[in-house]
Amino acid sequence: MASATATKGGTRGAFNSVLFYAFLFLFVLVSMFPLIWIFKMSIITKSELFASPPTILPKNPTGAEYAQIFSDPSFQKALLNSAIISGVTTVICLFFGSIAAYAIARLRFRFKSPVMTLILAISFFPAVAIIAPLFVQYSRVGLIDTYGAAIITDTVFALPLTVWLLVAFFRELPKDLEEAARVDGATTIQAFRKVIVPLAAPGVFTTAILTFIFAWNEFLFATTFLFTPDTQPVTVVIPNFASQYTVDYGAQAAAAVVVTVPLVILVLIFQRRIVSGLTAGAVKG
Amino acid sequence: VTTATTEKKRRGGVLKEEFGNPERRTAYYMILPALLIILVVAFFPILQAINLSLRQSTVAQAGPFIGLENYVEMIQNPDFLEGLTNTLIFTVASVTLEFFIGLGIALAINRAFRGRGLVRAAVLVPWAFPTVISAVMWRLMFQDQVGIINYVANAIGLISQPILSDRVLLLIGVTLVDVWKTTPFVALLLLAGLQTIPGDVYEAARVDGANVWQRFFQITLPLLYPTILVALLFRTLDAYRVFDLFWALSNRELQSLSTFVYEGVRISQLQFAQGNAASVFIFVTAFLLALFFIKVLGMQTSTEE
Repeated sequence: MASATATKGGTRGAFNSVLFYAFLFLFVLVSMFPLIWIFKMSIITKSELFASPPTILPKNPTGAEYAQIFSDPSFQKALLNSAIISGVTTVICLFFGSIAAYAIARLRFRFKSPVMTLILAISFFPAVAIIAPLFVQYSRVGLIDTYGAAIITDTVFALPLTVWLLVAFFRELPKDLEEAARVDGATTIQAFRKVIVPLAAPGVFTTAILTFIFAWNEFLFATTFLFTPDTQPVTVVIPNFASQYTVDYGAQAAAAVVVTVPLVILVLIFQRRIVSGLTAGAVKG
Repeated sequence: VTTATTEKKRRGGVLKEEFGNPERRTAYYMILPALLIILVVAFFPILQAINLSLRQSTVAQAGPFIGLENYVEMIQNPDFLEGLTNTLIFTVASVTLEFFIGLGIALAINRAFRGRGLVRAAVLVPWAFPTVISAVMWRLMFQDQVGIINYVANAIGLISQPILSDRVLLLIGVTLVDVWKTTPFVALLLLAGLQTIPGDVYEAARVDGANVWQRFFQITLPLLYPTILVALLFRTLDAYRVFDLFWALSNRELQSLSTFVYEGVRISQLQFAQGNAASVFIFVTAFLLALFFIKVLGMQTSTEE
């Protein structure tokens, strides 16, 4: 298409095309710059880090900072905590979310609108407004400083996203198959389990990725309810890392890279699905 | 009285009808678990926060009822006012910038071109970053000894003091970081909206002699309006409750409404009651904002076909 415009518009078209790609280049550069620069900061020596003016390309790349943070047991524990909290949150969200989403997408009932509005309201909910009462409640039942406190709260705030996405995916599935299953005598639950779930697997998978990213990135609840290194996820540990190694900016940069790279890889592999998921609820086709 | 009873009868009839039908009954059972979790963990605590905000409460006990005293103290608290001001400036500035830049990007890339995959990846990368981690990254770049941005801004004479030690520069900093992180997402939403506008509408307008600006203001904007509202509402409420970015980027220096609550109820715990008053304040104002978008601007919330 670009070439078609170029031939039609002659030099002006070619000029526009160059301008367009220059704009794209700038856009990609600005988006990626922090990650690239922080990566560079994480692999240079301390003396180079403090050099003024700063070097553009690393002179003597070193993995020393990575060796340091990975030998730090508290960082390892934090990675594990993050994985457990977000993994369990994702599983619970998918379980309750897919059941509710199926009912909303496929079954007829009267109070559908209020139910959807209520679920949607959570995604607009200022989470900070309930941390005080939850803190009191969790203290009372002994949930403070356990994975449970983070998982329960993360689940509630991730559920709208999960339900919303799954409703959009379930609606796209052909209705005839379930109806055929019903005709053959399957119950609603059986139709859901045996027909919808396998068919919806790609959509469910996308939802799982987005829910996982949501929980992995969560900070407020984790920093409110978890206060020992035994339970704190990376989002809480790394900013504190900052004060622990006050002058060790390299280690901080390395830790930031380690936490971000898995997400970047996930995003690059599944970009097409993620984009379709993110825009599913917001735009009516 | 008669209308009330018939109303009651009718509603009882509705419930009977809803639960008498096996398909509908199943539907309610399927929704119930998700709904219960949300009500118990999110909405019930709001009632508690209201209760605590009206009492001389501490973390340990609810305390005696004192009416609106906590609210009066809160409004007179300079920290609260600073948080409120910063939050309002941040919300207006970041959402405005994100919307206009995002719309520009969406309009520019709304066509087939080589390298779409790369652009899509560039859009998603900042979005996927944990907010706190991007705050840590940018803090490193703003830092006065090793920070590239501080170095460049200083070299070209843009700043005369280190970014991290000046509150105005910090506020500009958090706003720009938010713009960096979220503009691509706004662009993505608006692009999806643009792609639902059929091309022949433009073709017809062109045949009728409409120029670029007429096409933009009379076709694109009106047809994109619902998507714009969704994007703006999401962004506004998200910016309004900002916590991670302020907390981590300024290393607890810069106050927002949310950091005020967090400090009161979790860090010092001396202002537990006032923190709860601020919680209720944030909840009610956020609710009013959402209501404004839905009622005044006519945003559609239902997904029913």
